Amino acid sequence: MPEPTKSPQGKATSGTSGGFAVPAWARDSLRWDTVVGALLVVLLICSFSMVDNFGNALNLSFLIGNTLPIALIALPMTMLVISGEIDLSVGSTAGLSGAVMGKLWNEGMSIETIIPLCVLLGVVCGLVNGLLVTRLGLPSLAVTIGTLAAYRGIAQIVLGSNSVTDFPQQYLDFGSGRIGGTFIPQAAVPWAVLLVIAVIVLHATPVGRSLFAVGASQEAARFAGIRVKRLKLSMFVATGTVSALTGVFWALHYASARYDNATGLELSVIAGVLLGGIDFDGGKGTLGGAVAGVFLLGALQNVMSLVNVSAQSQILITGVLLVISVLAPRVARQVGRARARRKAADAAPPAAALATG
Amino acid sequence: MTMTAKPASAAPPEAASTSGFLDRVLKVRELAILVVLVLMLLATQLDNHAFLSEQGIKDLLLNATILVLVAVGQATVVITRNVDLSVGSTMGITAFAAGEFLRGGGNPLVGVLIAIALGIGFGVVNGLLVSLGQVPALVVTLGTLYIIRGLDSIWFGSKQITAADLPSGFADFGHNGFGAVPYLALLTAVVLIVAAYYLRSYRSGRDLYALGSSPEAARLAGVPVRKRILTAYIVCGALAGLAGALYLARFGNVDSGTGNGYELTVVSAVVVGGVAFTGGSGSVYGAALGALLLTSINSVLPSIGVSSVWVQAIDGILLLLAIAVDRVVALRVAAVLRKRAAQTRSAIHHA
Amino acid sequence: MSYRTAPARRAAAAVAVVAAVAIGATACGGTTKKSTDSDSTKSGSGSSAAASANPSAPIKKGLTIAYLPKQVNNPYFTISDNGGKKAVEALGEKYKEVGTSSGTDTAGQVSYVNTLTQQQASAIAVSAQDPGALCTALNQARKNGVKVVTYDSDTNTNCRDAFVSQASAEDLGRTEVQLMAKQIGNKGQIAILSAAQTATNQNTWIDFMKDELKKPEYKDIQLVKVAYGNDDAQASFQQTQGLLQQYPNLKGIISPTTVGIKAAAQYLSGSKYKGKVQLTGLGTPNDMRAYVTNGTVQSFELWDPAKLGALAGYTAVALASGQITGAPGETFTAGDMGSYTIGKDSTVVLGKPTVFDKSNIDQYHF
Repeated sequence: MPEPTKSPQGKATSGTSGGFAVPAWARDSLRWDTVVGALLVVLLICSFSMVDNFGNALNLSFLIGNTLPIALIALPMTMLVISGEIDLSVGSTAGLSGAVMGKLWNEGMSIETIIPLCVLLGVVCGLVNGLLVTRLGLPSLAVTIGTLAAYRGIAQIVLGSNSVTDFPQQYLDFGSGRIGGTFIPQAAVPWAVLLVIAVIVLHATPVGRSLFAVGASQEAARFAGIRVKRLKLSMFVATGTVSALTGVFWALHYASARYDNATGLELSVIAGVLLGGIDFDGGKGTLGGAVAGVFLLGALQNVMSLVNVSAQSQILITGVLLVISVLAPRVARQVGRARARRKAADAAPPAAALATG
Repeated sequence: MTMTAKPASAAPPEAASTSGFLDRVLKVRELAILVVLVLMLLATQLDNHAFLSEQGIKDLLLNATILVLVAVGQATVVITRNVDLSVGSTMGITAFAAGEFLRGGGNPLVGVLIAIALGIGFGVVNGLLVSLGQVPALVVTLGTLYIIRGLDSIWFGSKQITAADLPSGFADFGHNGFGAVPYLALLTAVVLIVAAYYLRSYRSGRDLYALGSSPEAARLAGVPVRKRILTAYIVCGALAGLAGALYLARFGNVDSGTGNGYELTVVSAVVVGGVAFTGGSGSVYGAALGALLLTSINSVLPSIGVSSVWVQAIDGILLLLAIAVDRVVALRVAAVLRKRAAQTRSAIHHA
Repeated sequence: MSYRTAPARRAAAAVAVVAAVAIGATACGGTTKKSTDSDSTKSGSGSSAAASANPSAPIKKGLTIAYLPKQVNNPYFTISDNGGKKAVEALGEKYKEVGTSSGTDTAGQVSYVNTLTQQQASAIAVSAQDPGALCTALNQARKNGVKVVTYDSDTNTNCRDAFVSQASAEDLGRTEVQLMAKQIGNKGQIAILSAAQTATNQNTWIDFMKDELKKPEYKDIQLVKVAYGNDDAQASFQQTQGLLQQYPNLKGIISPTTVGIKAAAQYLSGSKYKGKVQLTGLGTPNDMRAYVTNGTVQSFELWDPAKLGALAGYTAVALASGQITGAPGETFTAGDMGSYTIGKDSTVVLGKPTVFDKSNIDQYHF
């Protein structure tokens, strides 16, 4: 959450343990995203061996193709959440970008012009969110709930009841085609590139380190000389841009641009990111975890459909997973701390300081 | 109109009892929404003379009741710096439970109580998860949103409740009233006044504000944090349950999709009403006014002939405006408060 | 410290590059609607109509017919799919139903088509949430030997083998106007309360309504507005109120959606407009029974959704058995429902809708 004083419980723990012990949080989050990664591997192995039709190339390409929009937005969203903010307007931004794409296409513009314009639109959408949050100091949750409605509404005004389907074939092929005979969709390539960029930025550059610092303690980060507002603003812009790209991809993948494209996508993205161990209070998490979380949800959904689990039960299972994903690491941490405290009580005072630290 | 007059009439005792700068600011905040609302309604009336007819006023009030109830509950939770996203799902499932009971020939009053009890049940679950699990409310209630929705669809499947299944007295209760004032609006007004009185005049109610302003300070001051958060969620769940029962009475039709996506409307109403996400400020009157404003806009637009295409964009922009204006005002107020605090160093009573 | 300003500078650079690319692309004249229109009409994708029909082929046993409604748990589709289940199982085939729990989750519907392709269903009976969005997936299914029948709500014609229509759009549009005209004595203002703006079938019906209203006998009827309640009870309520306030002389409302008509009926029955403003459209007898009994609604119409589902099932089985290919003019037997002929655009029409009023509503229970 945005306010520096927000999230008392989470901050309290990171304040006592994270202050001078970076490895502590690293260990915690590492543990959780490894768990999610392991779960994903186990799920994949089980599905390959036990679920009919799961392992063939066609199904895998479906799985990846349907998960790609979520995985795309999850990249900047992870960074945003790590810095302590959230963007709920991503689905609407994607919808707006698709709607504008359809409208301009109908107006006779060339698609090579339209796509950059849509990306530019995403930049603007992100700027609006980011400026409202950073310059006015508004909570990102409230701002992006507002823009969630506003962007979707504008999409509705732009495209109305039309649905545009006649995009050029080579672009549609890119949206739904595979690389040769493999199971990898063509659109997975740009995603992989973005993933590499995101991993490098988040985990190997000063920008990434600043993001963690801002998320852990905005005050401290500011005193340490990090330009918090600018950093957050750029993260919102990145999120808007990628969301708009996703909107373009969505329209091509499903060969349909409508104002209600990608409705509710924000919840899938957030569910995946949180499942991947990104702490909602900011300051913790890894991109690997987020990607594992997104694909765990996607694979689970695919498998559940293949074994005929009804849509209703799938909703229920998503909810339970989400609750467990936030509850489990905290419970584990609390149990761990209790054990450490007990150990500390037994041992001598200096050892106690080490154990809790 | 009758309902909007209430906050104003309830205001004087407030001023008398706990006077103070902050109270006056809050009142100004609510007054601002009220002014916007009245101006909007009058302008619409000028454009379309049928708008504020007896039937028109009745419709405005009826449209607002359900949202007002849920918004009051939500405000209680948001004041403690938490949020409950599962209210839409709760409303849907309780409406269905009440309908299922009434279909079997049950007593309407018992049906309403069942809905409330079920709502309380979900409130307890949310409250326990948030307070004991110490996990972010947004995530937990997003999870329970899915879970309750899933339970709803598994439990009821494709069954639906139609008006023919309900006792006629129950449906009449849903749309009759004294003149232009429907029974449902009166019931809602009573709930609203009780909730406002509790929050202002009971220690445990004021604790919620303390908790939202500064959880750490509240804990140190001896506020039973977990118990209070649990209470807030129970109130929210109970009101969502009541709203579910009233939804049934009002619309007469419930299926497993009822209440889908309602959480965003509720959160918008609360925020427009001046209850800040950062906790510790705002009032249930504000939330109720916010709800009334939002539903009135949705009535105003069609009756002045604005295409429904515009509704969503206008809603969103209004929400942004509301929070932006709020923030600017809050910054001003904070500056004034700081000056005052400097003048009189002693009295710092955070509401 | 240089990294602090980097994001901003980088963003600015990115914007500049994007703008430059955009302008460049315009200058070079890229792929536009016009340039692709010519080849897109030529290449109707995916349809493999090579096989010829054998009307006397036996019905294959052990087929799997999968129903993919717009929304599971929607009472209308449940009735419809259960009708299909009865028909399919009576022929000795396997029935299954899958689908999304939201009526606008197009991505979800696409992934269900993909799943069914994986599971090698013999035929899919689908009610499409979007005419275009399902096409890629459906054509992929057809390439893999799955027959595709649409029912209730069609896709583009080149993405399915046949469409089972509840009643011809023309019949529905025109008869609803006729019902309304009778109720208001051929005179006065009327309005339409539709579902979402994007609903294909709604829009087709409304076009036929407008066309019917052009006839001389309806010259005194004025269609003042089409409102959209998004198939949401609350929104439909408020749109109805808006119509009545904006047009105080409104005589009637046509709502060609089951959600819209019951919301409008519930509002009218509790307001002063009850009995004064007429309401008709498409509704199910169970939903509307209370309002017909209390005098809010005189008459409305609907096809039998169970029969629609059954016909979709028979069509799917006939396709999968090779009795028909979906070409216009082919004939097949739909169990005890008799014989049907495929019409223009591979469409099979169920028949005329049934009109329900006080005298007959108690005979129907769906």
